[in-house]
Amino acid sequence: MGTSFFTPLSWSDSGFILTGVLNTVTISLVAILVGTLLGLAVGFFRAEANKFTNTLLGAVLDILRSVPLIIQLILFSTYIGAVGHPLDPFVTGSIVLSLYTMAFMSEVFRGGFESVHQSMVTAARSLGMSYWQTVAHIRLPIGLRAVFPSWLGVALSVIKDSALVSVIGYMELLRTSEQLISRTQQPLEILIGVGLFYFIVSYPLSLYGKYVERKMAI
Amino acid sequence: MIQIQNVHKSFGDLEVLKGIDLEVNRGEVVSVIGGSGSGKSTLLYCINAIEDIQQGRIIVDDIDVHAKGTNRDKLRQKLGMVFQQWNSFPHLTVLENASLAPRIVLKLSKKEAIEVAKKELNHVGLGDKLDEYPTRMSGGQQQRLAIARALAMRPDYMLFDEVTSALDPELVGEVLDTLRMLRDDGMTMICVTHEIAFAREVSDKVAFFHQGIIEEIGPPEQVIVNPQREATQKFLSKVLH
Repeated sequence: MGTSFFTPLSWSDSGFILTGVLNTVTISLVAILVGTLLGLAVGFFRAEANKFTNTLLGAVLDILRSVPLIIQLILFSTYIGAVGHPLDPFVTGSIVLSLYTMAFMSEVFRGGFESVHQSMVTAARSLGMSYWQTVAHIRLPIGLRAVFPSWLGVALSVIKDSALVSVIGYMELLRTSEQLISRTQQPLEILIGVGLFYFIVSYPLSLYGKYVERKMAI
Repeated sequence: MIQIQNVHKSFGDLEVLKGIDLEVNRGEVVSVIGGSGSGKSTLLYCINAIEDIQQGRIIVDDIDVHAKGTNRDKLRQKLGMVFQQWNSFPHLTVLENASLAPRIVLKLSKKEAIEVAKKELNHVGLGDKLDEYPTRMSGGQQQRLAIARALAMRPDYMLFDEVTSALDPELVGEVLDTLRMLRDDGMTMICVTHEIAFAREVSDKVAFFHQGIIEEIGPPEQVIVNPQREATQKFLSKVLH
């Protein structure tokens, strides 16, 4: 009886694949949520801040946006390992991916806040609304609506970019499938499946984004 | 009563108001006319504390508008203001536009705020548009919404800043009708306007602004029909012919 080193893909692998799917979804949601909240705060701050602060903050954000995510992941993970505080790949990945997302989200939200015309704000203030009431009831809702399609675009790319977190050892979908490939030697089936997953998640959302954009343009 | 005493206002090096004195009593309608850049709109912004002043005082019912301790949000509750651009809140329905400030500023219950808003919207003839979004309405309707939105705060005074200037000519009438109605209700109003015939018809006092000062002030029969000052005569002959 000859034993094979490789075993083909079977239904018993579905639990393993599902773990990968769930991990991809989890880290994406964490990054989108944290990145959105931080991006909202930073974007608002930038819309309000003076030129000097803005230039300084803009430079930091430019670095986050310009250095490839994969390098940021490896750099950060190597650095915290080197200084003797290695973190779980999920935590490392979440931190880096969230900050990366924040850098893009902050620009989106800044644009949203700035799209609300000063005269609209003056009208609200003239009704006796305080600064923060105006932010909460006028600037935030109007600004958020305006940038929803862009927000969705960033969120979608985060889901796709989350595959890069595999390089620091996080068991998301891509890394899961790589392990399956090395066991089964069925790269084509597995990678097509993985690609399909990303497509099925992303495509309807991007269609929805386009729909909203069209609706708002009317 | 609104008392404006020796008010000076500059934007950088440009002095826009060069010592304005004006009194507006309760129930009075005062129209402010004059060329572009004469400072008329700026005065309204100063009364509402949207703009600071460099010198002088503005007193609204014993409140010194620009004094350090003055709560400007509170002050603005007394002063309804409507702008050239109607600035409807596009994410809210007509009813929500008018009930938002009563709810969050005056802290009325949702039910009370809606009642107040409905009453004012009916008053300006938008009672059948409550659930409409303002972006689907004409400029005239949106301007009437802006008036109702300000009235829903139960202000003691209304400030109108060229409220018909951005409207298509055929929509001017409906907004002016709304202002006439307010006058008949006894509302105290300051109207910065280019509608000279309207100013003549509704005003108790007309102030002609020229280069940052009040060149001439008095009843419309004097300032508009029989102006004493040369600058007033020149301005009126330009806009009336």
